[in-house]
Amino acid sequence: MDFDFLTYLFFGGLTRGSIYALIALGYTMVYGIVELINFAHGEIYMIGAFTGLIISSVLTMLGLPILAIVVLSALTAIIYSCAYGYTMEKIAYKPLRDSNAPRLSALISAIGMSLFLQNYVLLAQTSDFLPFPNFIPDFEFWEPYAHILTSPELVILITTVIVMICLTILIKFTKIGKAMRATSQDKVMAVLMGVNINRVISITFIVGSATAAIGGILIACHIGQINFYMGFTAGIKAFVAAVLGGIGSIPGAVLGSFVLGLTESFFAGYFSSDYEDVFAFLFLVLILIFRPSGILGRAETKKV
Amino acid sequence: MTIKNQIKKSFLVSLWFMFLTFPILVIQVNTVENVIKWRWLNMIGVGIGSFFLSILWRYMLEKRPEKGKQTKKYQLFFLNNILHEKKIFFPVIILLSLFVLCFPYIFSMYQTNIMISALIYVMMGLGLNIVIGLAGLLDLGYVAFFAVGAYSYALLNYHYGLIFWIALPLGGILALIFGVILGYPVLRLRGDYLAIVTLGFGEIIRLVLENWNDFSFGPSGISNIPKPCFLGIDLSLQGTTKYLFYIIVGMVALTIFVTNRLQNSRIGRAWIALKDDEIACQAMGINKGKTKLRAFGLGAMWAGMGGVIFAAKTTFINPASFTIWESVIILCTVVLGGMGSITGVVLGALLLILLPEYLRAFSEFRMIIFGAVLVLMMVFRPGGIIKNVRRIYKFDPILEKNSVKNEVNS
Amino acid sequence: MKSILKVKNLTMNFGGLRALHNLNISINKKEIAALIGPNGAGKTTFFNCITGIYKPSNGDILISPKGNNEKINGLKPNIITKKGLARTFQNIRLFTSMTALENIMVGCHCVTKAGVIGAILNNKSTKAEERLIIEKSYFILKELGLEIYVNELVTSLPYGAQKRLEIARALATEPFLLLLDEPAAGLNPQETNELDELILKIREQNDISILLIEHDMKLVMSLSDNIHVVDYGKKIGEGTPKEIRNNPAVIKAYLGEEVV
Repeated sequence: MDFDFLTYLFFGGLTRGSIYALIALGYTMVYGIVELINFAHGEIYMIGAFTGLIISSVLTMLGLPILAIVVLSALTAIIYSCAYGYTMEKIAYKPLRDSNAPRLSALISAIGMSLFLQNYVLLAQTSDFLPFPNFIPDFEFWEPYAHILTSPELVILITTVIVMICLTILIKFTKIGKAMRATSQDKVMAVLMGVNINRVISITFIVGSATAAIGGILIACHIGQINFYMGFTAGIKAFVAAVLGGIGSIPGAVLGSFVLGLTESFFAGYFSSDYEDVFAFLFLVLILIFRPSGILGRAETKKV
Repeated sequence: MTIKNQIKKSFLVSLWFMFLTFPILVIQVNTVENVIKWRWLNMIGVGIGSFFLSILWRYMLEKRPEKGKQTKKYQLFFLNNILHEKKIFFPVIILLSLFVLCFPYIFSMYQTNIMISALIYVMMGLGLNIVIGLAGLLDLGYVAFFAVGAYSYALLNYHYGLIFWIALPLGGILALIFGVILGYPVLRLRGDYLAIVTLGFGEIIRLVLENWNDFSFGPSGISNIPKPCFLGIDLSLQGTTKYLFYIIVGMVALTIFVTNRLQNSRIGRAWIALKDDEIACQAMGINKGKTKLRAFGLGAMWAGMGGVIFAAKTTFINPASFTIWESVIILCTVVLGGMGSITGVVLGALLLILLPEYLRAFSEFRMIIFGAVLVLMMVFRPGGIIKNVRRIYKFDPILEKNSVKNEVNS
Repeated sequence: MKSILKVKNLTMNFGGLRALHNLNISINKKEIAALIGPNGAGKTTFFNCITGIYKPSNGDILISPKGNNEKINGLKPNIITKKGLARTFQNIRLFTSMTALENIMVGCHCVTKAGVIGAILNNKSTKAEERLIIEKSYFILKELGLEIYVNELVTSLPYGAQKRLEIARALATEPFLLLLDEPAAGLNPQETNELDELILKIREQNDISILLIEHDMKLVMSLSDNIHVVDYGKKIGEGTPKEIRNNPAVIKAYLGEEVV
């Protein structure tokens, strides 16, 4: 077996896994708190990428220095994704929560939101693939290792690690993190303890959207093109990753993403890339059938 | 809330939406020619639109009926009574069927073709209604069974020259078998997981059809699928269209008949019980798996037969016709019409499919409207246009008998 | 007396938590038995074990409606209901999108057998069966004094009526043993008194045994032939109401150490 090919696949898988992780975090956080599969989460990621592209193009034409463009467009993309995530929650999910609608209603509403946002971007922008500028330069110091891990891949990995650390700090050590954990365990008790649930849920959507936007920009830089449909497949795969790790569990989402990224990469490398997506879906079906609680999730005991 | 407050709030909402839609709706970049198009008009539109919509939104939210409100219920029972009143029911049915029978002669072939497509959706909507509306299983891979039906007709005809009339039941049965095989492992999953797994299955089937060239001819699909022939006579193009129209009308009538019978039967009640409360349902001695499988299989069967008719109508199929969004459209017809209500689903499917066809200006916005419909229905009217109402049992004669029996007993 | 339900050494563990510990309970024919104990003692867990919602970790559950002992532990809930054990739930679990009558009709499911084909063709036997279901359901509805709600959606029924409807629904499955989980919880004193008579009437008319979990001691003492007391998953006492009233272990469990 070719060692270089193996390491190439390995790091390719890690990069993929990082992107999945960034999206899967949003899924898992939202699920942990409101028990809703936010089907439209992939769309937030897509909107992040689109906003990044639009803003960076405008700034390029204004002739700003490259560093300023990168920072500004990334920031705007994150801000807009958060805004969309927040608004989406207020429109499509909060009214349902208020009327105590069954879980399936919320899922249907989420599917509707996903369809809406996809077509909104399609109508307002274009159905074609748009080329995305590569913000990440090839670092000189990294030159010797570039054949196994390119600079963009390195940046993706490092960013993911940083985001994970920030998120862990947010959830473990801040007041809002504590409120989030309380809400996910018992909503009624959290309210009685003075937690403003609506605020917690909004913040969860915002944080999840922010990580998705970061993922969106990174993957767009890496692949070099985007279109309105990119959110759907990525969203589903991230969902697979979240379920694999145990939905609701943040370390689980990260672990699941890396497992999915790596297995996909090796499957595509050694078998066939035609059936790569089939493989991911098959993975999803098998996990849900045989271990619906995932790797790190706890099995639920039903209360009667 | 005072008017001043309302205006203030709506003003803020409209500012927020102008901000929100700014990059995507206003700026359009052409990365090839490096030109930016600024569409400020859109922003004004969004501002004004969201201002009024937010007022409407809040008003509707406040008007939203509370769960289990008394007045509503009586009103619904009254409506239901009217529908069950034979004096009104029969003339309506007769008029309706007369209209349907004359349809291809009154309207052009183009219109008839559109109607055929719409009726295929009606049939599929009714099939999905069994799965979602009655048994409460959210099946997002429903289109896979549609594909099974279409491909089984196309392939069996291509390889063995099978005719439409044999393919129709066969497609249904194959889809049913598929439904049962796929359903068996996934049915113990909880509602939202079930939705995602069925979505996964649907996508797997589509991807396999797309990639397995030797079997399904890949993305290029299968063409020259024959239209049904009438007693061995080849009809003219117009003739086949009319003929196909009557076939689909007949199938829709059959679907309505069957679902209506099922819904008020022992099996139908078990489905609804399952939807309402799985644990209590099992405690009533109902076999959960078997009941779910029945719903899943029966729903799939209608999709399969719909697929056969679809293949015969378009004479060309390829995997692109069977994406997940097709499932979502069918879901949308069921949700709009009213989950569990037959009249509702028929109306919902006709509305959603015919309106974009006739309002050409809207056809571009078809999918975005579907998305909005799903969200709005869930928020404001989860029961759909026509809410499913339960059957009323009248007891005067039985009551007498029972009271007599009671006296004897005690 | 012939026993129809024998539970031997029933143990139920949830992870490290032992909810039931070597529980032995036996119920006789036509007996009204009560299962009492402080909150969290494992009473509902016991119900869930014998009705198949939980699979017991250890022990045997035997039924003998006709004198033949049959092991039912580990069977699925629907099979157990078919064998003649019906239950109600602590927090009402009616089918909310159906009417009162239809709820009972669902209860008739396991004693009828029309299938899909029958439903579609609506042939003679299906029609007859359907008619039978309707009549039987209405009869039960009347027996429990709920006939005024016949076509009402269950969500619009008053609380007490909903509780009775759950009993009616369970009766429709034609059980030989009816398990009631806190039937009097949330009822006012007058409704509780009516429930007392109702339970006795149900036993007489249907010729069945009843096991109830209840916190209302007045109801328990006046109704029961036999009382079983559990605490921390263990049985701490058994006997007639009078015996239980004077059982020191029971008093200790209920009132605390210092009273004794």
